[in-house]
Amino acid sequence: MGGIPHDHYEPKSNAEKYIHRRLPIVGLIYDTLMLPTPKNLNWMWIWGIVLMLCLVLQIVTGIVLAMHYTPHVDHAFASVEHIMRNVNGGHMIRYLHQNGSMLFFFAVYLHMFRSMYYGSYKAPREITWIIGILIYLAMMATAFMGYVLPWGQMSFWGATVITGLFGAIPGVGDLLQTWLLGGPAVDNAALNRFFSLHYLLPFVILGLSIVHIWAFHTTGNNNPTGVEVRRTSKEEAAKDTLPFWPYFVIKDLFALVVILAIFWALVGFMPNFLGHTDNYIEANPLVTPPEIVPEWYFLPFYAILRAFTSDVWIVMAVNWLSFGIIDATFFGVLAMFGSIFVWALLPWVDTSSVRSGRYRPMFKWWFWLFIINFVVLTWAGAMPAEGIYTTISLIGTTYWFAYFLVILPLLGVLEKPLPEPATIEEDFKASLKSKSDNDPKGPSAEPIPAE
Amino acid sequence: MKLRNLAVAALSALVLALPATMADAKKVKGEVTNFDFSFQGLTGTYDRNQLQRGLQVYHEVCSSCHGLQYVAFRTLSDRNGPELPDDQMRAFADLYEVWDDTLRDWRPATGPDHFPESQFEGAPDLSLMTKARAGFSGPYGLGINQLMKGIGGPEYIASFLLGYTGEEDFQAGSMFYENKAYGGWVSMNPVLFDDMLFYEDGTPATEEQMALDVAAFLTWTAEPKLVERKHAGFVGVIFLSVLAVLLYLTNKQLWAPVKRAAKKD
Repeated sequence: MGGIPHDHYEPKSNAEKYIHRRLPIVGLIYDTLMLPTPKNLNWMWIWGIVLMLCLVLQIVTGIVLAMHYTPHVDHAFASVEHIMRNVNGGHMIRYLHQNGSMLFFFAVYLHMFRSMYYGSYKAPREITWIIGILIYLAMMATAFMGYVLPWGQMSFWGATVITGLFGAIPGVGDLLQTWLLGGPAVDNAALNRFFSLHYLLPFVILGLSIVHIWAFHTTGNNNPTGVEVRRTSKEEAAKDTLPFWPYFVIKDLFALVVILAIFWALVGFMPNFLGHTDNYIEANPLVTPPEIVPEWYFLPFYAILRAFTSDVWIVMAVNWLSFGIIDATFFGVLAMFGSIFVWALLPWVDTSSVRSGRYRPMFKWWFWLFIINFVVLTWAGAMPAEGIYTTISLIGTTYWFAYFLVILPLLGVLEKPLPEPATIEEDFKASLKSKSDNDPKGPSAEPIPAE
Repeated sequence: MKLRNLAVAALSALVLALPATMADAKKVKGEVTNFDFSFQGLTGTYDRNQLQRGLQVYHEVCSSCHGLQYVAFRTLSDRNGPELPDDQMRAFADLYEVWDDTLRDWRPATGPDHFPESQFEGAPDLSLMTKARAGFSGPYGLGINQLMKGIGGPEYIASFLLGYTGEEDFQAGSMFYENKAYGGWVSMNPVLFDDMLFYEDGTPATEEQMALDVAAFLTWTAEPKLVERKHAGFVGVIFLSVLAVLLYLTNKQLWAPVKRAAKKD
C-alpha cells in the first residue's frame, strides 16, 4: 500500500494459500502492519494510537455502563449512583469513561495541531483531513449526548442551551428544536434518544476511523519534513522508511503507556478535577445553575458562540442587511459552526507549496499564535459572558477566522520558505548527527561495527 | 532533535492541559477554610472513628431535615467506611422508617433499605453534597487552587457549618442567616452548638469537631469507594510505569541498529 514499493504478503504453506485464495485477510493484516513508515516521525505522531485506544476504551467501558444505566428522567441520576456504589468496579469504569472522553479530546486536539503544523492535510491527504474533521464532529455529538445521560444539573441545562442553538435558526428553529428533542423541552424523550444515539455514534466513529486509516495508508504517512518518500525503487524507499511493525508499534506503545500512566493517576487520584460540581446535583428544570458551562473541550467554540453580542458592529450590520432575520444569537451560532467549517477547508485555504511548518519561517509564528489563541478562547469560554471576557472572545474569534481566511492564503504568496532536505533519509541522518554533536561527552563510546 | 521534539510535545501538552483546569473554576464567593482531613492526598484514607462520629451528628442533627437517599444502611458496615458491626447497623437502621410499596405502609428500615429522602423541599439531599460543592477556585479562574488543595467540597461543608456570623434578617415572611462560607444569606439556621451531643469515644463535641466529623462522613457518603479507587490508582500507575520502562528499553534496543547504520555513513 501507499504506492510505496515494498514486499507484499506471499502465502507459503498450502493452508495459507488455501485461505488467501478465498479470503485475503492475512494479506490485509500483513500489509497494514508492514506499511512503510517514514523513519523520521517524531513524538507528535503518537496521537493516532492514543486516539484508537481512547475509542476502544470508551466503547468497552460504555457497553458495561449501558448494562447498568437506566435512560429515564426518574431513574437516570440514581442509576449512575447505583453504578458508583453497587456495581462491581463500577466506580472505576464510570470514572474511566468520564475522564476517557477528556483524554480523547485532548489527544484529538494535539493530533489536529500536529497535522496543522506539519501540513499533513495538504495534497494528496485532503480526504484524510476531511474524514478526520467528520470524526471530530461525530466525537462532539457523542460527547455532548453522553454528558446529558447522568442527568445532573449541567447535563440538563447544557442540553437546553445547545439544542436551543437550533431554535435560534430563523423560521424553522422552533420546529427543528422540538423535533430534535421529541417535545417542547429537554425531557424523557430527549434523554432516551440521546442514549440511543450515544450508543450508535461511537460505531460510526469506528467506521470513519477505519476509512481515515485506509486513506493515509493509500497516500503514505506525512513526516516532519513534509518531503515524500522516494518511490522510484524498493531499495530507495527502504532508505526512507521502516516497516510499521515492529519499529513504530513499539515506539507508539511506549508513548501510549506513558500517557496511560498519567491518565490512570488522574482517574485514581482526582477523577472529578475536570468535571463540574453541579453535575452531582440531579437535574431540576425549575432551578437554573448560576453559570452554564460545557465541558472544557467545547470551551473555545462556546467562547466563539457567545462572542457576538448585539452591540458588535458586524452583528448590527448583518442584522440590518438581513432585515433583522439574523440576530446576535443566530450570528453566534453561525460563527460557531463556521469556525469548524473553515477548519475543514484548511487544505484549500493554505496556498503554500511547502508542507512542513519547519521550513516556513513566517508560518511558524502565526501557527503558535493560533495555539495560544485556542488556549485563550478556552479560558474565555469558561468565564462569564460579560465585560472584558466577551471582548477577548471577540478578538480570539477574529483571529481564528483571519488565520484560515486571510493569513494562510497570503502566507503562501508572501513567505519565502527555507530549503527542504532532499530526502527523508538525509533528514533522519542530520537529526542523529546534530544530536551527537550536542552531546558533551563526545562521540558514543559504543563500538561501531565495521559492517 | 528528538529530545527537542519531545520537549515541544510535552510543552504543547501542558499548554493544552492548562485550560482544561479552568472548566470548573467557578468563582467561590465565600471564605472557605482549608481544613486537613484524613482522606486527603494520595494515600489518605477515611478515619473510621471520625465517620462513626459524623454518622452520629448526621443522625442527631442533620437528619431532622436532610436525607441521604442514595446511601443504603448496609453500606455502613462496608470496609473502608464507618464499619459498624452488622448487628449495630441493623439496630441503627431500625431507628428509621421507610415506605414499603408492598405493605402500603411505613415500616422500620432494614439493611438493604436506603436512608430516607429529605423532609423539606428546601433541604437538599446530602448524599452527594461534598461532590456538588467546590471550596476552592482561582486565581483568575485558572483552577490552580483546586489543583493544590483539591476541589474542597468537605472543606466547604465544614466551613459552612462554622460560618454563621450571627446576623439574622427577616425577609418575605422567613428568617435568613448570614453565612461567611456561602458569602451571603441562607435560609438554614445555625445547627451546631458546643456539647450539644455526647460522643461515645470521649472526643469533646466542640462545634468545629462536629463540623469536621459530619463533613468527613458526608465525603464518605458521596465517595464510598475512595480508598478502593486510590488503591487501584497506585496499582495501575506502578504497573504502567514498569511497563513504560520495559517498552522504553525495548524501543531503544530495537532502533539502535537503525541509528547506528544511519550515523555510520
